[in-house]
Amino acid sequence: MSTARNTDVVVIGGGQAGLAMSRCLTDRSIDHVVLERAEVANSWTNERWDSLRLLTPNWMSRLPGFSYQGDDPDGYMTAREVAAHLDTYRRSFDAPVRTGVAVTRIVTSGGRHLVETTDGPWHARAVVMATGACSNPHVPALSTEMPDRIAQLTPIDYRNPGQINEGSVLVVGASASGLQIADELARAGREVTLAVGDHVRLPRMYRGMDIHWWMDTIGQLDERYDEVEDIVRARRLPSLQLIGSPERRTLGLDTVTAAGVQLVGRLAGRSGHRAQFSGSFANMCTSADLKQQRLLDRLDEYVDDHGLDAELGPAERPEPTSVGRPALDMDLRSVGTIVWATGFRPVYPWLDESLLDARGRLIHDGGVLSVPGLYVLGLPFMRRRKSSFIDGVGPDAADLVAHFEHAAART
Amino acid sequence: MTITERTSPAVDNGVNVEALLGAREALTAAPPAAQFTFAATNEWVNGTHSRSTVKEFFGLGETQSHRQPYSVDTDHPEIFAAADNGPTPPEMVLIGLAGCLTAGVASVAQNRGIQLHSVKATVEGNMDLAGILGIDADVRNGFGGISVRYEIDADASHEEIRAVVAQSQKRSAVFDLVTNPTAVVVEVA
Repeated sequence: MSTARNTDVVVIGGGQAGLAMSRCLTDRSIDHVVLERAEVANSWTNERWDSLRLLTPNWMSRLPGFSYQGDDPDGYMTAREVAAHLDTYRRSFDAPVRTGVAVTRIVTSGGRHLVETTDGPWHARAVVMATGACSNPHVPALSTEMPDRIAQLTPIDYRNPGQINEGSVLVVGASASGLQIADELARAGREVTLAVGDHVRLPRMYRGMDIHWWMDTIGQLDERYDEVEDIVRARRLPSLQLIGSPERRTLGLDTVTAAGVQLVGRLAGRSGHRAQFSGSFANMCTSADLKQQRLLDRLDEYVDDHGLDAELGPAERPEPTSVGRPALDMDLRSVGTIVWATGFRPVYPWLDESLLDARGRLIHDGGVLSVPGLYVLGLPFMRRRKSSFIDGVGPDAADLVAHFEHAAART
Repeated sequence: MTITERTSPAVDNGVNVEALLGAREALTAAPPAAQFTFAATNEWVNGTHSRSTVKEFFGLGETQSHRQPYSVDTDHPEIFAAADNGPTPPEMVLIGLAGCLTAGVASVAQNRGIQLHSVKATVEGNMDLAGILGIDADVRNGFGGISVRYEIDADASHEEIRAVVAQSQKRSAVFDLVTNPTAVVVEVA
């Protein structure tokens, strides 16, 4: 223990959340260190597929004391450009990042935290876990029942169609990741089936403006976690069906159908060599269509209320999803690969289990854990609807620094 | 904004939403209490006629009782050379689906402050008898598909009513039962 180094705050994770926190701490002259298990922006550099671009436009990459300075504010950065953006950010204020350091355990006693790492221990008054929402893919238990012959991938393993074995591909999950991967594989000539459960459908552009511009403008992204009706449900919402592309195209169930993807309901089970799909597909589509209409209604109301009608394009509504008659099962013997695009569940192996609920989820109130001095940052709808966006982590980081300073002033 | 504030006191579909939300909160805090077992007994009468009865079920950690036992007779129709003493078992499934979805419509509408005036549903299940008669092994025994058509008169827009019906399906036990596979174990004592 005598070898432990001292600092005020240990930040775990050197992505957008960790760097935003580091910048806020720097601005308040609070001594800290950022521990990154690999390299800065590791997920963006090493754990995303080749064609991935941000779902938000470039101008919407605002971080504390930093913003996009390039010549394409309405474009969408590639994953590599995001990594470069974050590295420029790190250098802009010389963030105290230590790379290749993995945290193994946090032990709290006497109001201080001992952070054990692969590079020796640190003592700190506070720890901020900024390891992100999308580093640990969630794969359903059903995956263990699939034949060994079938290759199984998650979005962090997937790179490009060339990597996929012979045979058809079953993509499970129709959020941004699943839809983008299914679309890319079908365009590369692969036979693709996409299992679709609950999803959130939106056009890329509406009345000539990016859908994220709209959500930012009407204040939806600033909605606070303690003001929404059902925060548990809001945090569980699947990611929006979107793709960032130079042509600003809309990606949805109908566009992947046009690319040759076969749509089926949620993957519900396996019986012998057949995969079984839910018959709830039509309702999933109806629900998503209705939800989309409600949001677009809200945008039109905003236009009317603010007299913007003359400046914007016509209110052209997307067609309802064409449901068809999806198959209820498929023969797994023709399937070579399953891609589990079934979301992410953050894990905190260094934390005491008493800080997790019965289902292994972190218990926190807007990023503040029950143990004084422990914080989390960068989770979906943590304090605001935009909490897990590059553009949204800054205000959350500032809030947590204020909380830490307030708590420190009382002790 | 809380749900109670949103619900206008004038709206009354006969659903106690506060009690349902209270139960949701209580069962979130005590997961074991949410473990229920529903049960029915069935006894052969004669031919294809049998009688099923529900009386007790388990939940909230102990055995619970219906207000009184309820019995339903099921049989086959006369065109199958049977006595037709009640609905066929597959019709009971349609009845279960309709009852479940309509209960959901009333609850969701109440929660959203929508006054219902009338709710009528027609449920149809298509069945190719080549399945259960063993004529064609490629035809399934059960319904090839089920359709439900709602006619709803309520103080809400058509879109709001469609959203209520969509949400009802998302929370329906029987909709889930008929759309997704369920493991069934049958044994003989």
